[in-house]
Amino acid sequence: MFNLVEKRRWYFILSALIIIPGLAIMGYSWATTGAPFRLSIDFTGGSIYTITFVGEGVTEDGVRTVFEQNGDENPIIQRLGSEDETRWVLSNPTSESTDSDVVTGEILDDFAAAGLDGSLAVGYTDGIGYVLNFSSDAITEENVRSAFASLTGEGATLTETPITTYSIRAGFKETEAERQALEADLEVLAPIDRGSFSLETVSPTVGGEVTRAAALAILLGALVITGFIVIAFRQVPNAFRFGVCAITAMVHDILIMMGIMSLLGIILGWEVDALFLTAILTVVGFSVQDSIVVFDRIRENIPLRLGEPYETIVNRSLWETIHRSLATQLNAFFIMIALLLFGGETVQHFIFILFIGLLSGSYSSLFTAVPLLVSWEKGEIPYINQDGGEKYKEAMA
Amino acid sequence: MTTHIRWLIVIILLSVFSAWMIIPKEENIVLDFNNDDEPEFTFLGEQPLGLDLVGGLRVLLQTTVDPSTYSSEDLQETANNVSRRVNALGLAEATIQTQGIQRILVELPGETDRQRAIDTIQQTALLEFVDFTGMTLTDIQRLEGQRIITTAQIELGLTDPANSTAQRNPLTGQPFGTGLTGECLGAASAQYGQTSQIGGNEWFISFEVASECVSQFADFTGSMVGQPMALVLDGVVLSAPTVQSQLSTGGIITGQFTEDEIQQLALQLRSGALRIPLQVESAVEVGATLGQQFLEDTIRAGVLGAIVVFLFMLIYYRVPGISADIALFVFILLNLALFKLLPVTLTLPAITGFLISIGTAVDGNVLIFERIKEEIRAGKDLNSALNDGFDRAWQSIRDSNISTIIICGILFLFGQTPGASIVSGFAVTLAIGLILNLFTAVTVTRTFLYLIAAISRKQLTENQWLLGV
Repeated sequence: MFNLVEKRRWYFILSALIIIPGLAIMGYSWATTGAPFRLSIDFTGGSIYTITFVGEGVTEDGVRTVFEQNGDENPIIQRLGSEDETRWVLSNPTSESTDSDVVTGEILDDFAAAGLDGSLAVGYTDGIGYVLNFSSDAITEENVRSAFASLTGEGATLTETPITTYSIRAGFKETEAERQALEADLEVLAPIDRGSFSLETVSPTVGGEVTRAAALAILLGALVITGFIVIAFRQVPNAFRFGVCAITAMVHDILIMMGIMSLLGIILGWEVDALFLTAILTVVGFSVQDSIVVFDRIRENIPLRLGEPYETIVNRSLWETIHRSLATQLNAFFIMIALLLFGGETVQHFIFILFIGLLSGSYSSLFTAVPLLVSWEKGEIPYINQDGGEKYKEAMA
Repeated sequence: MTTHIRWLIVIILLSVFSAWMIIPKEENIVLDFNNDDEPEFTFLGEQPLGLDLVGGLRVLLQTTVDPSTYSSEDLQETANNVSRRVNALGLAEATIQTQGIQRILVELPGETDRQRAIDTIQQTALLEFVDFTGMTLTDIQRLEGQRIITTAQIELGLTDPANSTAQRNPLTGQPFGTGLTGECLGAASAQYGQTSQIGGNEWFISFEVASECVSQFADFTGSMVGQPMALVLDGVVLSAPTVQSQLSTGGIITGQFTEDEIQQLALQLRSGALRIPLQVESAVEVGATLGQQFLEDTIRAGVLGAIVVFLFMLIYYRVPGISADIALFVFILLNLALFKLLPVTLTLPAITGFLISIGTAVDGNVLIFERIKEEIRAGKDLNSALNDGFDRAWQSIRDSNISTIIICGILFLFGQTPGASIVSGFAVTLAIGLILNLFTAVTVTRTFLYLIAAISRKQLTENQWLLGV
């Protein structure tokens, strides 16, 4: 049996190599921006627009100017999607109805009847008509024209139009009138595809409440998990030691997630939102659960193998549970990798950071919590259980 | 063995019921045991989806006046007014609820015209005293609760007489005449006492008219003594009491009212007079096509991930893997059925929570199967290995699920903050998954594993490879 615990120094060094730079990045971020991460509008208040302009000639500067004219000092603008994206636009379709919902239904029916791959989403925009959003790239001009032949008679036009999509973070507007004025000015740049429009706006008051609730959730989480560990190990000798090691592993995971999030905030502009906190707490739950499974096994093995050195028992327990840990984590990872590769965009950041957290959680249960237990027993940690090493040697002799 | 057969029947029945629940149905299933038209249970035909998936609008409104100047009932009545106006827009699936003492949350799935919606929501209620001269009791009963068109609505530009489908005066074919609007109402309260020399005590409404409207009100009531006068809120007829005599500074409204009815009417009158202005605290608008794409992407990703999990369990654990896959399948059926039964509104985070619970649902199986393998390697026979595997793994499964369920509870509480509501969906689906998992990972897996073991004991004993060893 390969001795996993023996190499414990290396594990601690590896963890430190990730955590310490992470702390440095958070410190740097704190010094430059006033917060260890980029905080989302969930906490600070503000507005996030996602706008798809249908037509040419919209530039980042143009969008910025509109926001500045409407009183937003420093909007953060990001272009989404690729350079040459297009949408098909159907104007004045030949239909008996003028009701946009009815016509949308007809368009979807025709698309279904044509039997083309993928799916179609239709958004109606005043002034330009129906913006068609095909989910498959394999659809050609010929396909489109034949599918909607019945709707494209006299006077109707079906044109492939370039689009540009921006995500804009701006301030919170007090009134609906101000929001409307801003959107009207944006419409001047080019028509907006209302089907792909999204707006999330949060007042600073609500943001402050979320911040307080988040602090409360963290506090409550810490209390409850500590309580849970105390109960789970109440009958074990040295329960305190087990608890501290499980909590250390948990803090390890949180620090890794925070460090990576801080780094991604600086590089990619990722923001910490309510879902980030959700990821942290979920990882805490899973991490503690992993540590408990290994500790359970150690607890079970100690009376069974009285003659063996502590380190050997721990190593044996680790090996006995490693299959379970890997198999379980792998299954969760399968799902998360699929979601990361193919899932909906809005939760990608959440899933990524959850993935990092669970990865760290698997690692820390096996390579932080357990080796730490051995170090503690052998008196390797400065100031703690210093006579442990002597006792250990005596026991060995 | 009979226990396992019994469980098998239970599991099959549960699965069939769940599968039937999951199939989308045109109409809701309504159970009304005592036939009072107030159903005890309503099961939704379609799985409700969140705004982020179907597109639409969510607006959190806050009152701009000091909360001590109105009661929580007044806020509720303001919310009812919002609800009434929103329904008039034809948005059937709208939900409107008060939050705390200062806030109203409005959700309008499918609504994409934010301007129209917010304008409608922010309007203050229009209360009218409307001339119902000549109406018979039957007419009034027919009109109560109906939407009518009035002269004040047309003047204020709230309705377009050419296109309105609201009821007109059946006697003249014209819009009803408004005598007085809510701005003139000073106060209104429900009271209990004697209202006439001869009658006993009864519930009635006492109201006052603002001083600048006194002469207008006197003229109006003076012309209609003995005739019904309708109280109309946002175009809907609330009640039409008869004017007993000319009124000026105020009056009372009596009738065969119960206490609840009179309290309700007083609140409605007050909401037409007392204005609680609302401002938008936070808003989410999602375009309809955006959500549809996210939903399709996420479902495809989820199916793909689940298939990999199914294959992994089968390849890694072989025969026990078959029972784990069956358990996982039952787990997915039960989850989807519960989402509809409870119901849980599925948002993207909620679906993510469910998918992650699929990934971790096999954790219990893994713990059990690893135990079984160990016991077999230690030389135990098949039956005692199975028994020990399930017995010993149970405690770990229970403890590990409980810690995450507790975390879900905390997340759910966090999600109760209006700004973080997105979190509750994740917490709810993950928690449901973990709880159902305690059943499927243990009971369902055990049932099928024992049944398979009973059928193919010989092969399994001779060839331990089949057990994943």
